[in-house]
Amino acid sequence: MRRFETQELRNRRAIPLRAVAVEAVDRFRETILDAVAAEWRLVTLFGMPEGDDTTRLVAVLAHDALGQLGATSTLVGEQYPALTPDCPQAHAFEREIAEQCAVMPDGHPWLKPLRRHLPDHRPTGRTALVLDPEAYSFFRIDGEEVHEVAVGPVHAGIIEPAHFRFQAHGEEVLFLEIMLGYQHRGVERLLETVPRERGMLVAESIAGDTVIGHASAYCGAIEALARSRKTPRAQAVRGIALELERLANHIGDLGAIAGDVAYQPAAAFFGRMRGECLNMLMTLSGNRYGRGLIRPGGVGFDLTATMAAAMRDLLTRLRDELKPVAMLMFETATVQGRLDGIGVVRRAQCLELGFVGPVARACDLPRDVRHDHPYGIFRFAHIPVTTAWAGDVYARVLVRWIEVQRSLEFVLEQLAALPRGEPRVSCGALQPNEFVVALEEGWRGEIAHTVITDPHGGVRRHKVTDPSFHNWMAVAVALLGNQISDFPLCNKSFNLSYAGHDL
Amino acid sequence: MSVAHATALAVLLIVAPALPGIATKTRAVLTGRRGAPVLQLYYDLGKLVRKGSVYSVTTTWVFRTGPVVLLGSLVAAALLLPLDGRDAPAGFSGDLVAFAGLLALGRFALVLAGLDTGSSFEGMGASREVTFSSFAEPALFLCFAALVLATGDASLSGMLGAPVRVAWSHAAASMSLVGLSLFVLLLAENSRVPIDDPATHLELTMIHEVIVLDHSGPDLALILYGSALKLALFGALIVGVFLPRADLAAPAATGVLVLGLALVGVAVGVVESVMARVRLTQVPALITGGAVLALFGIILLLR
Repeated sequence: MRRFETQELRNRRAIPLRAVAVEAVDRFRETILDAVAAEWRLVTLFGMPEGDDTTRLVAVLAHDALGQLGATSTLVGEQYPALTPDCPQAHAFEREIAEQCAVMPDGHPWLKPLRRHLPDHRPTGRTALVLDPEAYSFFRIDGEEVHEVAVGPVHAGIIEPAHFRFQAHGEEVLFLEIMLGYQHRGVERLLETVPRERGMLVAESIAGDTVIGHASAYCGAIEALARSRKTPRAQAVRGIALELERLANHIGDLGAIAGDVAYQPAAAFFGRMRGECLNMLMTLSGNRYGRGLIRPGGVGFDLTATMAAAMRDLLTRLRDELKPVAMLMFETATVQGRLDGIGVVRRAQCLELGFVGPVARACDLPRDVRHDHPYGIFRFAHIPVTTAWAGDVYARVLVRWIEVQRSLEFVLEQLAALPRGEPRVSCGALQPNEFVVALEEGWRGEIAHTVITDPHGGVRRHKVTDPSFHNWMAVAVALLGNQISDFPLCNKSFNLSYAGHDL
Repeated sequence: MSVAHATALAVLLIVAPALPGIATKTRAVLTGRRGAPVLQLYYDLGKLVRKGSVYSVTTTWVFRTGPVVLLGSLVAAALLLPLDGRDAPAGFSGDLVAFAGLLALGRFALVLAGLDTGSSFEGMGASREVTFSSFAEPALFLCFAALVLATGDASLSGMLGAPVRVAWSHAAASMSLVGLSLFVLLLAENSRVPIDDPATHLELTMIHEVIVLDHSGPDLALILYGSALKLALFGALIVGVFLPRADLAAPAATGVLVLGLALVGVAVGVVESVMARVRLTQVPALITGGAVLALFGIILLLR
């Protein structure tokens, strides 16, 4: 897009806030719609109070093939014409804006509360609510033979809370509505108000299984705003930690999927190997999920030579052990029969609704921040983007398995040649009136932290977008026409974060 | 009922809860885990009978009757089996129909109890249970028909008692096919992999387990014990086909029964460790496949 070219917005490069154009609403919509038509994708769209009765809507877009980012904004009052009818990937963002900022996206086809909380980002002069947090109406199909199944928010297993409402005809799912929001903690408000040391801890707690991903994105944004430059060593350790997190979670998912189809051998062995990956993060940081490792300016703990040698031994052994188990799983006919053709997300849906991460890659969309918008160690060491084309559960499992192998090789390579340097450098005060987007390819997909600073160098707006925020809709569209008994398997193949969505 | 009958029945009632334990243990060992103790179900039953039951206010007497009828019908069905290898305590000509009927009665009571809760999960489970049993029941009758043809006797005492040895001498192929078919039925009727997953916690995928979600305490103990007994009954059918023991003394015959049941448990465990559960839509095909084995057995006998 020509309109973004002068901005020089890149992943983790702070630009002055005034470089983000303030367009008239019509022009703003046009910019976004033109960009989406030209294969740009909505990274995030959020509102920021500006004055007494105005909200500034900010949109960040990405063109993955060109590796470009762009941002635009507009000022709106109580309402504006919604983007969703023309740009479906904005649907959740506009529900969020209505709820957070009390701004009405006029003509939104599916406007209902997203997390059921009171607006915490509304302009000071606004009192009226757009959405009543208590009133949530479910879509319902009428008919003699249609039955409704309600699952959750309390589940039989130890998983996060969410309410799933199925409209089913016999065993066939006609419609699935997912109501989230049970874990809303006010993360964005916290990140905007608490001191930076605490903000770091909040960022680590956005999604319990994506500690490294969110912490790195958070630090990426803070470091860009503070002009702090990490050493190559810190970048390498962060890359290693990120890929270890990916390894642990992908291997865990492979095991969980095997468990869901009652294939015990793979479930048991993958489960054990997931633990070993978490233990490596523990060696590195003292915490199995890597809390305390990523800190502004670098990493809290250095990776010593003995640690590196031990981890290489462990990973080499793991590489030899993983393959036979994966082959066992992929070559067992009954497992293939369960995964194949279930829960299909089509490529067109993916483009239209803006899915990210392994979900998009399983539909032959090569979206990977490490490759498209490289940062840190990934500017020097490349991991090939893994894609599959079928978009079904099998494709998502396959993408995970290939990514496991590639991440493992990457970590081995990095451990063999760790650059020298201080693990952590100082990270000072934030520059005032700046705008930064930090993208990170977490194991679920693109994590985006967008930060805007105020004239005093404080955080004015901190927008967190977890990949789950984009992808929950994928679960709903993938399940249509499938068997209700396949829902747990489909859901597991996405394995989205509830906390990451609810913030 | 003679002493031998009573002993054999008592042994069956006592060892039944070990059977799921053996299957689970086998599966754990084969998949590289330590697994729960073989006697876990005894501990669970002991724990459950000491607890109180919780009843939803939407349930009626139907819900409370379910577990009792289930266990009663299964014990009655056990009386029709020649557990000592010779004859049954309460056998009569044509009792195979009564046997199938008693199993159906137990299932009916349990399904009604599930529906009585008004839960959408349990309604769904009930519908699945009934659908799949409508495939399993004809398959059971085909097995029985093959056994009747092979042994020339229309009572379970004859089909699984003394005439079995003779049947193996002239219809070994049919007998093997019937035995295999019964094993498929055992997996289907007792919600084992590949038909159902006894270990799952996912309500939406369950068949049998979901109907009993609302039962608790002693009621749940009755159901769990009933499920174990049902597994043992199908195991006894298979042992009766494969291990004719009419020539053995009564204690030895009962010993062989226990050994045979343990082997069935191991076989179930092995199946569960080498394959995944099939799609729900393919369960009828799987059961029908089992029935076709019995049908081949019949064809071989009719030629």
